[in-house]
Amino acid sequence: MKMWQEKYEAMPREELKQLQSERLCAQVKRMYESVKLFRKRMDETGLKPSDIKGVEDLHKLPFSYKQDLRDYYPYGLFAVPMKDIKRVHASSGTTGKQIVVGYTDNDLGMWADCFARMLAAIGCDENDFVHVGYGLGLFTGGFGAHDGAVRLGATAIPISAGNTQRQIQTMIDFGSTVLCCTPSYAMYLGEAIEEMGLKDQLKLKVGIFGAEPWTEEMRAQIEEKLNLKAYDIYGLSEIMGPGVSFECEYQCGMHVNEDHFIPEIIDPDTGEVLPEGEWGELVFTTITKEGFPLIRYRTRDICSLTYEKCKCGRTFVRMRKPQGRTDDMLIIRGVNVFPSQIEEVLLKVGETVTPNYQIVVDRENNTDTFLVNVEMSEELFSDGSIKKIAAVEKSISDKLRSTLGIGPKVCLVNPKSIERSEGKAKRVIDKRKLK
Amino acid sequence: MFIKQLSIFVENKFGRLEAIIDALSKADINLRALSLAEAADYGVLRVIVNDAEKAKKALNDIGVIAKITDVVAVFLDDRAGGLASVLSILKNAEISIEYMYAFLGRTEGKALMVLKADDEAKTEKVLTDNDIPMLSQEDI
Repeated sequence: MKMWQEKYEAMPREELKQLQSERLCAQVKRMYESVKLFRKRMDETGLKPSDIKGVEDLHKLPFSYKQDLRDYYPYGLFAVPMKDIKRVHASSGTTGKQIVVGYTDNDLGMWADCFARMLAAIGCDENDFVHVGYGLGLFTGGFGAHDGAVRLGATAIPISAGNTQRQIQTMIDFGSTVLCCTPSYAMYLGEAIEEMGLKDQLKLKVGIFGAEPWTEEMRAQIEEKLNLKAYDIYGLSEIMGPGVSFECEYQCGMHVNEDHFIPEIIDPDTGEVLPEGEWGELVFTTITKEGFPLIRYRTRDICSLTYEKCKCGRTFVRMRKPQGRTDDMLIIRGVNVFPSQIEEVLLKVGETVTPNYQIVVDRENNTDTFLVNVEMSEELFSDGSIKKIAAVEKSISDKLRSTLGIGPKVCLVNPKSIERSEGKAKRVIDKRKLK
Repeated sequence: MFIKQLSIFVENKFGRLEAIIDALSKADINLRALSLAEAADYGVLRVIVNDAEKAKKALNDIGVIAKITDVVAVFLDDRAGGLASVLSILKNAEISIEYMYAFLGRTEGKALMVLKADDEAKTEKVLTDNDIPMLSQEDI
């Protein structure tokens, strides 16, 4: 398959290292001048920008964290004046407070190229019709795919998420050849198409699926139902959005766009960099981003890297599919959910006591199911009426929906019926088998 | 005259109702009236028993939540219109009924109905003023 930017994608490692070093040094210098928090952290560790001479010094630099984005919400970590920020995106945070990221013109161009690289890597060109079924909005998925398709010269179909009937009709009428959406929605579309008996009217050849964990089994099913080849993509808003790394035709890990992002694998407890091939926390440094650059950002994803050259000719390092998180975050239907958010909501409902609860996540018909069991108490059963219980149940469910962005099914259960280990209730049961 | 009613939260799980009734039977509790209301994911069982406190304790011991509420139980003439005449008295006094259910077994010529109204004290007064006989806790 063709490469979109072969000069970079297949750059010899030595040359790439040189490029990364130059870019990293310039980035550190620029951020030291323009980002207060970064300057403070550098000063605290006694580092001067001039101490960073190349990628070999990367490990000396201070980490950055998701909490930083909340502490400096909304624009406190931007490295350019707001007049140079051309677009913002946002994603949900752990406490219901969203995080905001910003892009300059160059950043948007770089992002479009990164996504176009993926499209080219899986055989797409200007003759393709890219069906963008990710939400077009503050979520990075939709615009990332859209801009990538336009950059490649393909025809973008920015249909956004939802309305399955219309998605299918459009796919058939407009002749979509590339499908971009979450893997669970792809499954759902596939099933609907199967039921309607429209599979032979589809022109899809490839699909780009990301933003939530999925399995090889799901890949096989999506490929069968939609009659396409399914590829994995990785990204996060803090670093850019979809396209930080991508699968090539050989599907042996995801190539990181290393001329823009340097990945490291660290021991999440000690912060030490781990040798190639070992599993640890994935950390990213953006070396070209202008609007919202981050140095050594802790993704919390558990991952491993291989620098072995790929058959596709790309020299970019490959990351394996992340195998979980270092924190207790759950990704349910593509939405980030932290148990602490649920606790907060329950505290409000219970007024004086936090009811015991348990989150049960499962996957039925390839869609995540999300159940929150809440232990009944004398307080919640105050006047013994059904009206009151129904009101409690509804209030919990409404508050969770508005805090999390997705609504769980709430089920009231008997006191002390939630399984406890060593006195502590087991908070999360994730029955999805994704490994 | 009020009597004590036990409202019991019943989890929607196979065998829960049986476990509750079993616990009551082991505590030597005799059920005199019973009603089971169901919602989507749980139910509320209401019972009139010979010893409400003891029943509540027996249920709490097996991890079941129960609440004691005051209700009235009225004697009705066991004939067509028996209930209607009592309800019409309450309606005229602007009392709303939240729920009601019948007693198991009955006195000759009378039916017995448990009533839960929005204003308990007023209900009792109106019924007394109209000479409607009510069951006392001691009679259970």
